[in-house]
Formats: sequence, C-alpha cells, structure tokens
Amino acid sequence: MVEAAYIQKVCVVRAKEVVVDAVSRFSSDDASFVDFYKKAFRELNPDYPKFFKMDALSKLAVLAAEYLLEGESLDDLALVLANRSGSLDTDVRHQAAIQHEGEYFPSPATFVYTLANICAGEISIRHGLQTENAFFVSENYPIDTAFSYTEYLLKSGKASQVLCGWVELFEEKYEAVLYLVSPKGTKKHTAENIKALFA
Amino acid sequence: MSFGGAVYIHDFNCFTPLGKDADANWAALVAGYGAIKPRKIGFLDEVYASQIGTSIAEVDEAVGEGRLAYMLSQAMAPILDKHRPTPRTALVLASTKGEIGYLEKGEKKEAELYRLAKKIAAKAGIRTEPIVVSHACVSGVLAINAAKRLIQMNQYDEAIVLAGDELSAFVLSGFQAFQALSPFPCKPFDADRAGVSLGEASACLFLSREPSMFTIRGEGAINDANHISGPSRTGEGLFRSIGTALHEAKWEAGAIEFIAAHGTATVYNDEMESIAFNRLGLSGVPINSLKGYYGHTLGASGLLETVITLKSMQEGILLPTLGFERLGTSQPLNVLGGVTEKKVQRVLKTASGFGGSNAAILIEKIW
Repeated sequence: MVEAAYIQKVCVVRAKEVVVDAVSRFSSDDASFVDFYKKAFRELNPDYPKFFKMDALSKLAVLAAEYLLEGESLDDLALVLANRSGSLDTDVRHQAAIQHEGEYFPSPATFVYTLANICAGEISIRHGLQTENAFFVSENYPIDTAFSYTEYLLKSGKASQVLCGWVELFEEKYEAVLYLVSPKGTKKHTAENIKALFA
Repeated sequence: MSFGGAVYIHDFNCFTPLGKDADANWAALVAGYGAIKPRKIGFLDEVYASQIGTSIAEVDEAVGEGRLAYMLSQAMAPILDKHRPTPRTALVLASTKGEIGYLEKGEKKEAELYRLAKKIAAKAGIRTEPIVVSHACVSGVLAINAAKRLIQMNQYDEAIVLAGDELSAFVLSGFQAFQALSPFPCKPFDADRAGVSLGEASACLFLSREPSMFTIRGEGAINDANHISGPSRTGEGLFRSIGTALHEAKWEAGAIEFIAAHGTATVYNDEMESIAFNRLGLSGVPINSLKGYYGHTLGASGLLETVITLKSMQEGILLPTLGFERLGTSQPLNVLGGVTEKKVQRVLKTASGFGGSNAAILIEKIW
C-alpha cells in the first residue's frame, strides 16, 4: 500500500514537440503528425515494429509512454487514461469503409482500433503491464476522478504506481499529457498539482 | 472489510429486446425466450442479432431524443424515481460506441460520448460532472467497479451506474470483417459454437454506502498485456482480476457459489474463460452466460448480466445458458442445463474484451 504519492515525472506531447519534465526531448518541423511520430519514436531507438501498425491514437499514447517510462521501474504499474474523442479518429475511417454499398470494405485491422481503450492495451503490451486498466471519456481531463481513482489504486494496494493522463487525437489535432504517480518524487499527487499540468 | 468501507447495490433495472424492465426480462428469461433472430441491418442481410423493437423515427417523435438516449432513460427511470440525485450523486455511464450512428450522417462531433453523458445527466438532474467509462466489452462491469472506488474515496456518496450500446451497422460490419459473427444464434461454451451474436440493451443500478440487500465484496480489472483483439491463452488477466477481487473480499475461491460469465461464444473467449476458472479451482461452480438470450450487448453486457444475476439471487433461481448443449472447452465447466432452483449468496461476475481487458466483481446477498 502506498501512503504518500507523488507526481514523479511528466511527459507532454503537443505541437510537434516531446517535453519530459519541462525539458524538450524532441521536436520537428514536419507538418503532419505522421512524420512527427515516426521520428520522435525512432529517436529513442526502440526495436518495436508493431508501433508503426497502430492507429494514430495508439501511436500517440505509446509514444508518450515510451518517453515517460524510459529508465523507470515498471513494477506493478497501472494505467488510468482519458480523452475527449474516444476512438473517433479511427471510427471515421471505419465508417468510410462501410458508408456506400458499392465501396463496402470494412477491415479488421481498422475496426479493432474503434475502441477508446485499445491505446491503453497497446501500452500494456509494449511494457508487459498485466495490471489495472481504466479508460474514461470526458470533455476535459477529469482531474478529480483521475486523482481519486489513482489514489484508490495505490491505497487499496491494487497498484504500486500509476501511469495517468490525457491522450487526445482527432484528425490532425493531438495532445498527450502523461504523468507517473509513484511513492518517489517531490511534487505531491494532489488535484491542484494535476491541474497545473494542464494549465 | 475492504479498503474504503462497504458499498451496497440498491435498485436495478434493464431495458432490452426481452422486456421494458427487470421484471419483464426475468419472466421472459425463466420462460426460455431468446431475442436473437435473423435481421437485416445496414448492408447485411440475414444476420443473427437481438434488437429492441423501437425504430429511431418512433423514438424521435415520441420523446425528441436519440434512440440510445431513450434506451438509457428507460432503464434509469425507476431508479431516479426512488433516488433523487443529490449534489453528491455520480452518474457513471458505460458505453463502447455511444451514438455512433451520427457518423453515417457526417455529424462527427455529435458522436462524442461525453455529449451523450451530458444530455442524460442534465435530463436526470445530476449535478456532478458525468463520468464515462469506455473500455470495450468490460465497460459495464468496470463502471460498477469505478463507481464503487469513487464512493470509497469519498468523491461521491452514491452513484447511478448506467450502461447502454445500440446494435449498429458500424459494429456488425466490424465483427463480420473479423469473421466473428455466428451463422446461427450464438452457443456459449458449446462444442459447436461459432462466434458471437450481437445485441443491444441498457441497464442501470444504484450504489451507495447505505446498507442494502447486496454488497460488493471485491473487484478488479486487469489487462492481459498480450494481444489487442485476442484473449490471453492462459486467461492471465481474468485470472488476476478474479484473484484481486478475492483478495479484497478475503474469500477463498471456494466461497463462490455461482459464476455469471462473459461467454461470448467465440472459440477463443470461452476457452480462455474455462482456463482462467480452472486455474482458480472453479470448474465445479454453476456457471452461465446470458449471451444466448440477448446476444453480446458490448458495453451494456456486464451491467445487464449483473442486473439479471441480482434478480436471480433474489428469486433463488439460476438460469441456464440458452444455446448450450454439449461442453466445448478444454477445461471442465459446470454450465447449467436448465432453470435451477437454488439460493446463492455469493456470486462472481466477469467480463473480458478487446484491448486485453478483463473485469471481475464479487457480490454478496446479505439478507
């Protein structure tokens, strides 16, 4: 059971830049998310070809988690994620494949990503996290719920640390704000401190 | 007692193709009615599915809201009558696809799930920000777990847990592309099972700290970390989810008297469940799947099946698995063959889904 929890580390991905604990780790001038994520992921040099087959939301989530978890212990690490659009970006693609009878061609490879929590599943697979998982959909990051839910996991002993945060992507607009809550660190895990991450 | 104090389940209800409330559903289930029939949906002819006999036009005209919103309101109505929301009442909504039908009309933003939750919350007089759990086919069970956890953390005093998903060309076409649709009404745990039948439903229950007939003893929701569209061969995530729940309840596995399983009738899912249950020594425990009656109602299924199981405990009657004839899993399971009169006190409800997700909940009837 974790008595005192801290926001140990933060990774923000937005506007073609990856920032870890306020330090820019990668940025590019490429216009599209597609060009950006490839370079940002390769920068860390992970041997993980599966990454390139994921849908855009999963790529964003896995990319941000890759930077956040670099060098960290993965022991008993749960996931609590949220976003606004769910899997809408991929939903639109699947819809396009079934919209017209003459061009009816639904693909299993697209359809499997039409669920919001798949991106959490991809992080779990990437890092071997057989742990608690929850995905919430909310207009803005549900600070109080994420805080309480994470504290519950730590205090009930159902997790020793939690990867929390926001992974939002629709069309060309994207933003990830992931943070690691653990018994280590100096910034206390409070609703106020979470709010500051989104300011 | 578990961390955070006891949380109780009070009233519950559901709205499905078999009936407009929990009592009507119960009568249909005991009589052995199933709702899965051949239907034409979108460009698919003759697909076996279960559907509520309410057309979109009828609903729009009658109540001026979308079809899924109508389904959700119907499930929630008797709960709201009994429990007027206070400033500390949560609404936790479980859905995988919400009002996905908007995409067909090109209204992308309208399909966002939080908009549906806000509409429902406003209509119900909920003053807190609604919470949406969208976690594939475990959404319904995970919504109960999440509501319980947030009550235990004192974020709320009580919660309306609501779940719903519609039958849609969107989801049917995807399952068909996966070749996961059964060519006959689905046959959970059966040797001849050949995939899922899809369905639609809504369900609702009310949780609070005030003592009631049912209490949640333990729960868990643990990922397989194995594959996004296939279950773990060893049932690891389900095994661990049940293990966490048992640990919280301080029960041995032998305390479980009945299992309301997920049982989708795909070859791999049912096999995985048999492995997970056997690893826990649960092969002799009476078990059912309600998918043969309702089809797989996705994000609603876990909550719907919990509601029916609560009814089952109240009535002292266990339901069989419609479509099941001959066991077809590598590990033994005690799948009920007929309507069985048996009072049970302690039940396990499970769910598993895409993304490697699993969820388990242990419920005890205390009086």
